[in-house]
Amino acid sequence: MGEARILLRDAAELTAAAPAEVERKLTVLELLWNDGFVRKAVIIIFLAAAWETYGTILNNPLLFPTFHDTIVTMFDKVRDGTIPLRAWASLKVLFMGYAAGIALAAIFTILAISTRIGTDFLETITAMFNPLPAIALLPLALIWFGLGNGSLVFVLIHSVLWPVALNTHSGFKSVSNTLRMVGRNYGLRGLPYVFRVLIPAAFASILTGLKIGWAFAWRTLIAAELVFGVSSGQGGLGWFIFENRNLLDIPAVFAGLLTVIVIGLIVENLIFRTIERNTVQKWGTQS
Amino acid sequence: MAALLDVSDVTLRYKTSSAVVTATERVSFTVDRSDRFVLLGPSGCGKSTLLKAVGGYMKPSEGKMRISGREISEPGADRMMIFQEFDQLLPWKTVLENVMFPLLMTRKLPRKEAEMRARAYIEKVSLTRVVDAYPHTLSGGMKQRVAIARGMAMEPDILLMDEPFAALDALTRRTCQDELLQLWAETKFTVLFVTHSIAEAIKIGNRILLLSPHPGRVKAEVIDVDRVSGEDGSAARLEKQIHDLLFADAVTAH
Repeated sequence: MGEARILLRDAAELTAAAPAEVERKLTVLELLWNDGFVRKAVIIIFLAAAWETYGTILNNPLLFPTFHDTIVTMFDKVRDGTIPLRAWASLKVLFMGYAAGIALAAIFTILAISTRIGTDFLETITAMFNPLPAIALLPLALIWFGLGNGSLVFVLIHSVLWPVALNTHSGFKSVSNTLRMVGRNYGLRGLPYVFRVLIPAAFASILTGLKIGWAFAWRTLIAAELVFGVSSGQGGLGWFIFENRNLLDIPAVFAGLLTVIVIGLIVENLIFRTIERNTVQKWGTQS
Repeated sequence: MAALLDVSDVTLRYKTSSAVVTATERVSFTVDRSDRFVLLGPSGCGKSTLLKAVGGYMKPSEGKMRISGREISEPGADRMMIFQEFDQLLPWKTVLENVMFPLLMTRKLPRKEAEMRARAYIEKVSLTRVVDAYPHTLSGGMKQRVAIARGMAMEPDILLMDEPFAALDALTRRTCQDELLQLWAETKFTVLFVTHSIAEAIKIGNRILLLSPHPGRVKAEVIDVDRVSGEDGSAARLEKQIHDLLFADAVTAH
């Protein structure tokens, strides 16, 4: 039987050789390009340039105003306070509907995770109502709640409730058995268990639900305002768009649409991105 | 002195979608304070189910289980579980917060003292370096050590370990086993340890309960396991004996 031998490398040989490049600093350009925000900004600039070019070539402000005209109109309308006022009117209703929808979704999902019949109830009712467009409920809402914020809030709740409930519930269901057992090991039960273990563990799905709910609510609101907008004195952004179309002030229509887009981008890229960075991304639980 | 954990004639059954499965049948054993008690058996012997029952996650169909004289009826922090899965740490909490979490949830200690104790136990498993890191940045071995620190910081009556090192690579596993023994030498905690590795059982335990599969029954109990050592070959001999005992039936049955 032989013995294995260990051949040690000469230490001098190891240290003498000049080390190859181990680490190289990235150039400023590379660093910038690694920032998603910069990349997206470049895309937006490109789109604006394309818009400007097409508008100039077409030369028909009634059909398709240029980017420049739209921005100028937008600035004017922002300065004279029209757009901020209208946007605030829309956002106020939106917050009411969004908050009420989330609160209802929370109640539904907590019921659903505590009892089996609650689960069946939630699954059945989301399957029924989730595919129903919120706008389709608007005629009915008008009869029930009249011309006013009540109807808007009603359709908003409808557009927020189901996606949030669905995502939260599926998030709860996918919380690993180990984590559940860990929570129960510490004697957690009932609401403390939900808030201390289930909600943070399912937060990635909940956040997805909130994002979808927000997008649904925003577009539902603008569409609903277009249908009957003027309520309780002043309308929102949807009504602003509708009004200006009637006045054939197309740059203002574009400015209204652009405001809708900008608010959407701000909420998505600032608010939700910040929440994401400070929660699921930090925790490594991003789905 | 009465035993710390007293399991007598426990039969455990669980339902699957199509049948009721008997996991263990009339299993009895007692664990004394500062025991390193190992449940050893091939897969299907119900050792993990038995541990879960001691943890309070399922009720025995027959028999009784007592911890310090109290009957076990539900999960509780007097029996801290340490699982095999790496996801047992709460991903939204740092290492320190994870170790503090049970101390705060059970109102065992106020925040300040909980933090002091948590830091002390994190030090014991030599993870002070990563005290503010989130679990997803740790390696598997580090996660398991955090889980052990979390369990020990509660200073429970008994630690329940469900194959905590099974998912680790061989080198890390050996380090973790040595560290666990080191910790035991310092604090003399009581541990109920489930494993399917005979070598691990001999290394970790001072007493080993051998279970046979389908359904799980007690086959034998090995005592004074800590008297064998790897150097004179007595550990290897014991390993061979246990192996023959556990697989004798399997060989004749085929």
